[in-house]
Amino acid sequence: MTIDYNLLWFVLVGVLFAGYAILDGFDLGVGALLPLIKGDHDRRIFYNAIGPVWDGNEVWLVTGGGALFAAFPNVYATVFSGFYLAFMLLLFALIFRAVAIEFRSKEPWPWWRAMWDRGFFIGSTTASLLIGVAMGNIVWGVPLDERGEFAGTFLGLLNPYALAMGITTVALFMMHGSIYLAMKTDGDLQKRVRSWINPLIIAFIVLFSITSMATLLYVPRMTDALRANPWLFSVVVLMILAVANIPREIHHGRDWAAFLSSCATMLLLMALFGLGMFPNLVYSSPHPEYSLTAYNAASTEKTLRIMTIIAAIGVPIVLAYTASVYYIFRGKVKIGPDSY
Amino acid sequence: MSVEILSRLQFAFTVAFHYLFPPLSIGLGVVLVMMEGTWLVSKNPVFHNMARFWTKIFGLIFGLGVASGIVMEFQFGTNWATYSRFVGDIFGSALAAEGIFAFFLESGFLAVLLFGWDKVGPVMHFFSTCMVALGAHFSAVWIVVANSWQQTPAGSHLEIAGKIMPPGYALQPEDLGQARMVIDDFWAVVFNPSSMDRLSHTLMGGWSAAAFFVISVAAWYLLHKRHEQFAHYSLRFGIALALVASVLSLVTGHHSAVGVAKNQPPKLAAMEGLWESGPDAPLHLVGVVDEKSSRTTGIAVPGMLSVLIGGTSEHPVTGLNDIPLENRPPVNATFQLFHVMVAIGFSLIGLACWGCGLWAFGLLDKPENPLTRAFLLICVPAVLLPQIANQAGWFTAEIGRQPWIVWGYLRTSQGLSAVVREHQVLTSIIGFGFIYLLLFALFIFLLNRKIQHGPENREESSALPESWMKQSRA
Repeated sequence: MTIDYNLLWFVLVGVLFAGYAILDGFDLGVGALLPLIKGDHDRRIFYNAIGPVWDGNEVWLVTGGGALFAAFPNVYATVFSGFYLAFMLLLFALIFRAVAIEFRSKEPWPWWRAMWDRGFFIGSTTASLLIGVAMGNIVWGVPLDERGEFAGTFLGLLNPYALAMGITTVALFMMHGSIYLAMKTDGDLQKRVRSWINPLIIAFIVLFSITSMATLLYVPRMTDALRANPWLFSVVVLMILAVANIPREIHHGRDWAAFLSSCATMLLLMALFGLGMFPNLVYSSPHPEYSLTAYNAASTEKTLRIMTIIAAIGVPIVLAYTASVYYIFRGKVKIGPDSY
Repeated sequence: MSVEILSRLQFAFTVAFHYLFPPLSIGLGVVLVMMEGTWLVSKNPVFHNMARFWTKIFGLIFGLGVASGIVMEFQFGTNWATYSRFVGDIFGSALAAEGIFAFFLESGFLAVLLFGWDKVGPVMHFFSTCMVALGAHFSAVWIVVANSWQQTPAGSHLEIAGKIMPPGYALQPEDLGQARMVIDDFWAVVFNPSSMDRLSHTLMGGWSAAAFFVISVAAWYLLHKRHEQFAHYSLRFGIALALVASVLSLVTGHHSAVGVAKNQPPKLAAMEGLWESGPDAPLHLVGVVDEKSSRTTGIAVPGMLSVLIGGTSEHPVTGLNDIPLENRPPVNATFQLFHVMVAIGFSLIGLACWGCGLWAFGLLDKPENPLTRAFLLICVPAVLLPQIANQAGWFTAEIGRQPWIVWGYLRTSQGLSAVVREHQVLTSIIGFGFIYLLLFALFIFLLNRKIQHGPENREESSALPESWMKQSRA
């Protein structure tokens, strides 16, 4: 049997970015939720809930970027140079957010902490929005020329569909973050956090329905794979069940099960995105023949095979110690002398 | 200014800023392993306090390394898209391997290192410290391998639109976007002719940076009679590492230079300001290069360069006169930066030996002794020396590689993003300039506050969580 390495790496790059969305998604969400609580102690609980893990979560983005570069260099080159200013904004947001977490609790002064709280909130929200806008543009299609280079403008990237996707992503990350926080907090703070979950789920469902409707109407090719293979509709059903399961688990006090449900929702969303896109990685509109696909934008099969070996050795180890770290830092957050 | 100049400026600025931090975390990783290991064996709480203090400093440095490093990963795509298409088949796998093998290891165990003191036992904590140090070294492995492949490409060949090109083919403008390097042999890429020399030299630069950082802080405490027991031991760890690192920097540096002479003769000629090819090549200790009149004036040891490269003054060395103008790097810049690095390298060896001498004669704890006092006074600002040498070394390597971005295949001017415009790069440079200056000021401010505050003097009872006490009593 021959392995279709291009298909394999289409899936693996997708898995890495899904891993990024699921993991960094909750800590970006925590940043977006920060202004909802006042008081330094409670805010420190928020920071320390993500303290030991946010850095590792961001590595998924770095590795996803590296994998995209290695497997589909033409996509990496076109997207990053084409979306130049948008990516620079994303980088600035991620830098600000990282140092805000790092610096905030190093000094006790209220103005200092307020400043970094603002940096953390703005950085997290902007990053979430831009990630969603980028996804929105990839779904919508971007103008490419015959060499596969981006032929649009920065303002063209801020179209209504992409912005709707951006806002939906912010809501999704906030929902995901609030469920994560419910696991990591207790007492009054937990009660307040839990009270945000249902409104955030509703906000996400409303926004998701709007973007889905727009996708069905204006980007029907995203559903071609589902029309051709009706059994794939089960992914949609599973995703809706996963969302619906969140309030049920919260109601029963099983915050960790709610969190897993939320993770499953995001994974299934990414699966739908992948099914809709395949084999395209960047869809060219209005000239679909210039699209970059898993076949015309890839590295040689030899490189893909080498990368497969690297992934086969590396990924199980990574998963093992990522799980260990989450296990070591399980349970409610306590502020100690080494905390942020 | 052109997109090329701006993109090069932005890359140089962002990578130079980033490169302040990883060498320190590579070296401090080793320092932490030494300190915590000593604590595990000796059970003396002072070593625990040391490990705690330097871990906090490590956390701050690591945080800035991460924040500035994420930019590097994406800048190949944003500003150097044509280059990215050209090298993706080779360069990308090194970056992906760096993520999988190094960054996950570092960031996962960093959590335990920073926040796990009371979550895991002492042996597990020590293991995490070792893994963070190992991860830091791994990240150097992959990025230096990738960069070395740009310097001395191996294990690959050039293809244009799927057609294999003969060696030495000069890329034409119409080939760009169609041309790419294709991998033949992964291990030949990893062990390309320059990667191991450059890797070992880079790691020693990191060890030096951390060793002199620890020495500087300890010397400052000793001069101000603060935290003397802590400083006493920190100084010794620093001096021991400094001696190893500075001597090995010389050894690995020499190997690298011999490799450059063999693989990149124009770069060596620029580093040494050598114009005439032939045997008896002189070694300039200091000098000025006049590129217009093709002359280098300064103090030189006749024949010494030939001896260093080939073992005998008969050994011929290629001079710049035999290299076409369009293949020469900027000579004076390469020459000066290289000489700054070498001069600092030798001063660091001297400083480390001085410290070892004081240690051997039992003078290290007597700041009233004029020799010790002078040593400590010099060591406080000497923290800057390895940093300057590391930067100068990278600039030598990268400026000396010009005009190539991939040696012998792709010119730097051919690697740019086709669609990125001047105003866009200008905007991002201003953004990075503003953000990095702010971050740098805050970093220095917080670092200084931490050092002024000094280590916590925990007694054994408060230093160790209950679970650790049991094990350390057992």
